[in-house]
Amino acid sequence: MSAPSEETVRAEVRAWLEANWDPSLSLVEWRGILADSGWGVPHWPEDWYGRGLPQALVPAVEEEFQRIDAVGVAKVGIRMLAAATLLEHGSDMHKEKFLRRILTGEDTWCQLFSEPGSGSDLAGAATRADLKDDKWIINGQKVWTTSAHHAQYGLLLARTDWDAVKHQGLSYFVLDIEQPGVEVHPLRQMNGHASFNQVFFTDAVIEPEFQVGELGEGWKIATTTLMHERRGADALRSWAQVSQAEGRCYEDARAEVVTVMEPYKWYPQRAGRVDLVLERARESGAIDDAVTRDEIAKLMIMAKSAEWTARRARAAQLQGRPQGPEGSLGKLASSHVARAAARVHTSLSGADAMLTGSDGERDGVIAEILVSAPATSIAGGTDEIQRNIISERVLRLPKEPRTDTDRPFRDVPRNTVS
Amino acid sequence: MSRFAFSDEQDAFREVLRRFLEEVSPPSEVRRLMEEEAGYDPAVWRRMAEELGLTSVHIPEEYGGQGFSLGELAVVLEEMGRALLCSPFFATAALATTAILNAGTEQEKRELLPGIATGETIATLAFTEENGRWDAAGVETVARQDGNVWRLEGTKSFVLDGGIADLLVVLARLEGTDGENGLGFFTVAGEAEGVARTGLQAMDPTRKLARIAFAGAEAQPLGEVGQAAAAFARTLRQAAALLANEMVGGAEKLRESAVDYANLRVQFGRQIGSFQSMKHRLADMLLEVELAKSAAYYAAAAAAEDDAALPAVAALAKASASEAYLQTAITTIQIHGGIGFTWDNDTHLWFKRAKSSEVFLGDGAHHREAMMANWHLMEAGDET
Ligand SMILES: Cc1cc2nc3c(=O)[nH]c(=O)nc-3n(C[C@H](O)[C@H](O)[C@H](O)COP(=O)(O)OP(=O)(O)OC[C@H]3O[C@@H](n4cnc5c(N)ncnc54)[C@H](O)[C@@H]3O)c2cc1C
Repeated sequence: MSAPSEETVRAEVRAWLEANWDPSLSLVEWRGILADSGWGVPHWPEDWYGRGLPQALVPAVEEEFQRIDAVGVAKVGIRMLAAATLLEHGSDMHKEKFLRRILTGEDTWCQLFSEPGSGSDLAGAATRADLKDDKWIINGQKVWTTSAHHAQYGLLLARTDWDAVKHQGLSYFVLDIEQPGVEVHPLRQMNGHASFNQVFFTDAVIEPEFQVGELGEGWKIATTTLMHERRGADALRSWAQVSQAEGRCYEDARAEVVTVMEPYKWYPQRAGRVDLVLERARESGAIDDAVTRDEIAKLMIMAKSAEWTARRARAAQLQGRPQGPEGSLGKLASSHVARAAARVHTSLSGADAMLTGSDGERDGVIAEILVSAPATSIAGGTDEIQRNIISERVLRLPKEPRTDTDRPFRDVPRNTVS
Repeated sequence: MSRFAFSDEQDAFREVLRRFLEEVSPPSEVRRLMEEEAGYDPAVWRRMAEELGLTSVHIPEEYGGQGFSLGELAVVLEEMGRALLCSPFFATAALATTAILNAGTEQEKRELLPGIATGETIATLAFTEENGRWDAAGVETVARQDGNVWRLEGTKSFVLDGGIADLLVVLARLEGTDGENGLGFFTVAGEAEGVARTGLQAMDPTRKLARIAFAGAEAQPLGEVGQAAAAFARTLRQAAALLANEMVGGAEKLRESAVDYANLRVQFGRQIGSFQSMKHRLADMLLEVELAKSAAYYAAAAAAEDDAALPAVAALAKASASEAYLQTAITTIQIHGGIGFTWDNDTHLWFKRAKSSEVFLGDGAHHREAMMANWHLMEAGDET
């Protein structure tokens, strides 16, 4: 089946919106209608709230929404990683139970992968899942869990077999966060926000039907989640762009931004806010300073080439060509952009770079860039891990000799401190 | 001391300082003080003055000081940067005292310095304004003579410890002058009438900044009014050399913590420090920090000896330290992974100091330009 043209799709979504968009509906009601129509996530399969369109056409659909300020489905954050993973590996029951509520925004999800002892080395997870009386009993600890403090469900990577080698002893589950055996403690970050958490499990329970995939397939499924994460599927790009117009739907959407999204206010800042650079340079006149101008030029070259690399990937996909290496490249490029942008914003601020909060430039937004940019090269897999992936999987260089995959996991050296 | 080695006495002094600062400024104290408005511990300040004579290190003996050089002051600051000491010391010693020494008459030095030497007077230098410029041309605050008294009109900003200083050394200008002409230093009591001080929200909470508005505040001239340009320029260079030393102290501390963590942390069944890419990063970090240290030490010695090339050397050192400290801080966070991004991990405290120091007294580009403009002074020869 060949994909419809962009014009056809634009015309279709425009007509549908004309007939259905109603800002007086509640946010959940509207998103329900939208989910059922397939226009909320048009690249999803037709059986599951989508229209089976290629990913590359999604921006066109989004533009049509933006054109009339129509509110979209909830698609920021870990929820999209959960959805992508469940679409690929979940049972029909999982899809039925979870997908729609993900899109309406009724449920929030978190990713319970990293642990104090295993971050880059995710397959070293030591949280245990033991089958007792036909239920999975979970014990252990996760950390850096974004959203856990307001999530209903978590994607859990846990060890089910300690005698198997590392990658084969893991299984993947959907965990109900709201139960007595789960304790969530927010962690404060260096920028003062608290969007990630420590999560402790003490005999937390998972019904067997909430295992995802087969026993021992946890690593493989986690890889799907991570791949989507590295492609930026969880980006919070559009979070703040709710229209100020009147109508129940807008009001609900604005309330969602204020409450649910509060801890993530800093997410756009961690990417470097390249969008603010030229505007600031023009305002202050720094655009005419040869040194600053050159720094800005270098940043713009980096940012634009990164954007166009992502566009090339999308175009290739539209043509049905195989996925290239852009996934890991994009993430690595974004770290470079964030660092360079923080540097340029510093020099544009001059002495004001020393100030923060309401005394800082742009009400503290610039200061927030400076203290948030370091997250970009750590979250979602560090730059070093991206480079390992690129060199070993894309460039096919010889693999690093490993000493942790040739023996039962229980015999692998682990952190004595963490 | 040559420019390439510390003397045994200096090394011994450093040892004493390090032990003292480890005792009085562990990260838990840094965290306590950075949340407070005053941002320093008066009891520690007293011990610094009385037990160690730090507030009087480079004040000549005739004004109640110990008569050491800027070289010893640089050692003190390097150790304070390492410990991230929260204290009005840089403001008092490196900025205000230095300005008084450079600008004041014999009589004024006799009046002002003994109080600083004993630790009684906390002082600062107020020269930057809201335009954020680090040079004479940025000064807009005006000094007017009103009968026999001088009065100041204008607003200073980014004043280090300006909120608590007892004594403000203020750079102002005569009406109708600009650039390097018509500049004058003045002293004003922090609590004087017509002085309004507002704390600024600093990104680096270990270093307090204030905005100070002067509305006809009465001021005493320091040195000859209208002729302060040379003393100001000299003060800035000395302060830049001193700040570079404080910065490399912090950078070295971060570098050590990065190596420690790389030795400790296990991923993939081995210490992360065993990965070659990690080793290379740590080796590069050592290189950057050592280069910056060499520049900072050289600049401190040049300042101590009043080398004619100081305008170039101090700028070189500050530019080098600005890059090295921030880069080291960024890499140290990276090597710590997720933990490095948390509030509870101490790395961000030094990261924020690196950021504020990068900018304070002018950023890397500012000093690279200053260095090039003064490079001819280097060409006379730099082998001492
Ligand atoms: C803002 C933020 C949000 C996050 N959200 C989540 C979340 O929602 N869910 C979740 O599960 N996790 C989350 N994380 C965790 C994140 O994925 C981990 O922090 C990251 O993968 C690094 O793991 P670590 O912190 O254990 O560091 P480590 O793995 O201990 O790494 C320490 C250092 O060692 C380096 N290193 C490790 N292995 C190698 C190697 N083989 N070669 C070279 N260098 C190596 C790393 O690059 C790093 O510099 C989040 C992190 C941040 C900062």
